[in-house]
Amino acid sequence: MTAVPPPPLIALAGITKAYRMGDQTVWALRGVDLTIRRGEFVAIMGASGSGKSTLMNVIGCLDRPTAGVYRLAGREVGDLDRSTLADVRNRWIGFVFQSFNLLPRTSAQENVELPLVYAGVAARERADRARQALARVGLEARRHHRPNQLSGGQQQRVAIARALVARPPLLLADEPTGNLDSRTSLEVMALLQSLQAEGTTVALVTHEPDIAAFASRTIVMRDGRILTDRLQTPHDAAQALAAAPLPQPAPEPAPEPAP
Amino acid sequence: MNLLVTFRIALRALMANPLRSFLTVLGVVIGVAAVVAMVAIGEGAKAQVEASFASMGTDMLIVTSGSSRAGGMRGGAGSQPSLTWDDLTAIRAQAPAVRAATVDLRANATIASEETNWSSQIHGTSPEFFEVRRWPVERGQALTPADVTGASKVAVLGRTVVTELYGPDADPVGRTIRINNAPFAVVGVLQAKGQSPMGQDYDDVVYVPYTAFQSKIQGSPSKYVTGQILIAAAGGDTTRAQAQVETLLRERHRLGGEEEDDFSIRNLAEIASARQEGTQTMSLLLASIAAVSLLVGGIGIMNIMLVSVTERTREIGLRMAIGAKPNHVLAQFLVEAVVLSMAGGILGAALGCATALWVARQFEWSVALRADVLLMAMAFSMLVGVGFGLYPALKASRLQPIDALRSE
Repeated sequence: MTAVPPPPLIALAGITKAYRMGDQTVWALRGVDLTIRRGEFVAIMGASGSGKSTLMNVIGCLDRPTAGVYRLAGREVGDLDRSTLADVRNRWIGFVFQSFNLLPRTSAQENVELPLVYAGVAARERADRARQALARVGLEARRHHRPNQLSGGQQQRVAIARALVARPPLLLADEPTGNLDSRTSLEVMALLQSLQAEGTTVALVTHEPDIAAFASRTIVMRDGRILTDRLQTPHDAAQALAAAPLPQPAPEPAPEPAP
Repeated sequence: MNLLVTFRIALRALMANPLRSFLTVLGVVIGVAAVVAMVAIGEGAKAQVEASFASMGTDMLIVTSGSSRAGGMRGGAGSQPSLTWDDLTAIRAQAPAVRAATVDLRANATIASEETNWSSQIHGTSPEFFEVRRWPVERGQALTPADVTGASKVAVLGRTVVTELYGPDADPVGRTIRINNAPFAVVGVLQAKGQSPMGQDYDDVVYVPYTAFQSKIQGSPSKYVTGQILIAAAGGDTTRAQAQVETLLRERHRLGGEEEDDFSIRNLAEIASARQEGTQTMSLLLASIAAVSLLVGGIGIMNIMLVSVTERTREIGLRMAIGAKPNHVLAQFLVEAVVLSMAGGILGAALGCATALWVARQFEWSVALRADVLLMAMAFSMLVGVGFGLYPALKASRLQPIDALRSE
């Protein structure tokens, strides 16, 4: 009866990050210890310059810490080469950005397929899985639309579909509602909550307390360190959405025939 | 990630800016088109030169008498008769590098058939002539040794003379023509040979035995050969034949070590190879023009690829964030550069072919489109794409994902 508990999904120990700016060295992270278990919904808050985005980039393997140890699912990722890190991001992490970062002139379907392209999935399976992911975010009908034919909320939902199409255990969202109005923000948060309910670990950077309230744990950063770290009862985004006054119909683009 | 997907991504990226892509490849297009067209025209000209030399016979020496000297005035080649009939006999007998030797005496004369007349060039020669010049008869027969010894009044006609006297399809063998009023029996008609490199009609000729030429056309026999001696070299080795003939003639003419030759020898093989060298120089020149224009085109491609990498830094960052490895990014931009340059190569080859064909029609030049030249042009434009696309692609693949994502 050796029930070794599985390692936490994310384990940061003594993480620092320094940038050189001319002659000066700026410390964005000054020693962060953080553990995130599977299935958590963590909101990382803090003023700009507090290091929250740098922390997110380190967790996402987009940036390397100056010092400290980062274990993702028990595996140390600090020494991996660029190619292997790309693989780690591809399999383990889905990214959602504030500015959506969809490829222009490329249909929603093809945008969502992109991680699978780099994973080497065959074309037919790619198409099936991308369609499922788009269905999951409620945009199956618009899969042939290009980003400029979609509203901001729809674009962010396509981006979420892209983040989850490869079924990564970890979803990282950097200010995902920063460019959205409040009702669309609620839609996105409801989506993230339902993904968490299905077992995905979600980490979210935001500076809005309203948004952080939907997470089950809030971490506040200041000056490159964790200031507070507390568990909380999340607000239910789906309920908030139902309660929210129905706005003037969102100026969605007129339905266009699929190209 | 397979090549097809990479190719489609590249194509889409290029079609996002069709005008820019077109202008970028224009350098390669013009370069390749110029080369393909010039080579086609050059090859056409070369083929024409070669054909005309082949029709003349290139393993041939032409020996003529030297120049006269009266006071300070020097006459032209052949103005001082020095070659004798005995020289011809000696060349035939004593120069082993000579396969055959013959004479060519010329005079302009009026030729008359029963109905009409025509002014043409009459050549007095011997049977070897038709072998030296590789010029077989089409109808009837050539001159025979007996015709020469008997000074027979027989004639072999060129195709043009037949057409002028009897009509294009007539068979004049057995009929009689009059040359300067002397009757000659037509025994043969030569195959059509076309034009000389200078545009002279080879077929506007009549050949008669040189003995008959001397008595009936020239008027009086002479001990001198009043025309050219034509020599075919054994085994095509004109250099050796030339040396032997020169030594033999100097000996026979009793020329001392210091004295100039009183005859001149022209070596057609040397003239032909000089022409070949000319076309080779031309080809080299074309190749360097091609190299320069492809270089310029390649620099244009590199320039625009660098711009493209800068413009699409965010896209590169995103692709890396969701799993693109450095090699994927490298391949993407490299394929893009190669697609650009190959498109330029294909467009250029098509434009070059069209230009060459247009020139051929417009100016009635002969052009030769060669598949290997087209393939080379494509291969080179592809190389240009790889060569000049490599640096921008490396630059893209070395971006750090976080820096790329943050760029505006």
